[in-house]
Amino acid sequence: MNGAQDLGGMQAFGPVQPEADEPPFHVNWERRVHALTLAMGATGKWNIDMSRAARESLPPAQYLSSSYYEIWFEGLRKLLLATGLATAEEIETGVSMTAAAPIPRVLMADQVSASLLRGNPVDRPAPGEARFAIGDVVQTRQLHPLTHTRLPRYCRGKRGQIVALHGAHVCPDTNATGQGEQPQWLYTVRFGAAELWGENTTASSVCVDCWERYLEIPNAPAA
Amino acid sequence: MSHDDHHVVGPARHHAGAHDHEGSALSEMDLRVRALESLLTEKGYVDPAALDILIETYEHKVGPHNGARVVARAWSDPAYRQWLLDDATSAIASLGYTGRQGEHMVALENTPAVHNMVVCTLCSCYPWPVLGLPPVWYKSAPYRSRAVIDPRGVLKEFGFELPPDVEVRVWDSTAEVRYLVLPMRPPGTDGMSERALAELVTRDSMIGTGLPKTPDDRKQDAI
Repeated sequence: MNGAQDLGGMQAFGPVQPEADEPPFHVNWERRVHALTLAMGATGKWNIDMSRAARESLPPAQYLSSSYYEIWFEGLRKLLLATGLATAEEIETGVSMTAAAPIPRVLMADQVSASLLRGNPVDRPAPGEARFAIGDVVQTRQLHPLTHTRLPRYCRGKRGQIVALHGAHVCPDTNATGQGEQPQWLYTVRFGAAELWGENTTASSVCVDCWERYLEIPNAPAA
Repeated sequence: MSHDDHHVVGPARHHAGAHDHEGSALSEMDLRVRALESLLTEKGYVDPAALDILIETYEHKVGPHNGARVVARAWSDPAYRQWLLDDATSAIASLGYTGRQGEHMVALENTPAVHNMVVCTLCSCYPWPVLGLPPVWYKSAPYRSRAVIDPRGVLKEFGFELPPDVEVRVWDSTAEVRYLVLPMRPPGTDGMSERALAELVTRDSMIGTGLPKTPDDRKQDAI
């Protein structure tokens, strides 16, 4: 979705403002939202791509005027509603008015450490041979799905070179919409900065991780 | 809309350091998050003790000191450095740093000719096991928008300039691969222990938005 999350190349946001000795959390509720998001993610009712899709679906004005953990809160709220785990009134009041819905699992305190150390690897057996090899010149496709994708707008329809293969990884585009993991070869593609931005850049190159479905063999040069 | 304007994703309207909600009356977000946590606990979806362990982990245990150990080891041990560049996931796991948001690691070596800088234009992807949670600026629009088009301009806002002939290579974390920059070992550090070297490694130097400290900087810190 061409939402407000896709920020690469915008220019009107002002300078970066690093904060000296910044703490991990600034206010208490940020701690709780972070932990709630991880704990609810561990229930198995949704996956990380669905979480990202929920945050990205916020209206752009709301996304840009929210803090990052406010976005996480809104994303979690949307997922709870979409999966029927809670009603809007329950979330507003904090009081349960309906029976709890069945969930695959609950992350218990004694499981947290092992769960975090294990993580959620997304590499999977490859569905077939890789279509591209290191050194190949490829072109990203012009994709503008209404659903989740991880191909940023600034590098659609651009030529680059494969610089790494990472094996097959879960495809976020399908995983976010409940169509399953559909693992695909994942590549790192290096784009010359001029290919992306013409003269208006101080970068030399930009490397982007791209699933095979994002890539095609470049069009023949115009005659 | 929000009382937390100073941390909004979009253009910051207040100085990033101005956080003042701790100890003041409960904000609207405090109340909303409390209600949500109470609801999810009542429904049996989350274990409150698990939330506390999650918070403890990301507030106190995981942080850039982990990545600093990785970098210091790579500076000290050529075989480890090579392992890190060939298979960062395994090399980093050998020091005990694995799991969530670090399942698939790649190390990017800075050289006199190439400077690497990492961003996530689409959200806030960041290598948690080695760097902890990302700072606000990393998740905010000014950095996410301009890192890919004007990295040298961004680096100036962090207080340093690279020589014009250095290639600036930006890495956009669009997949589940997480990038750790291996900065160049500072001059004047011959014979220093790994522990002492780790003290020179800053968080920003492992994102590519800063340089490691020098032994002279460290002496200044101590004064």
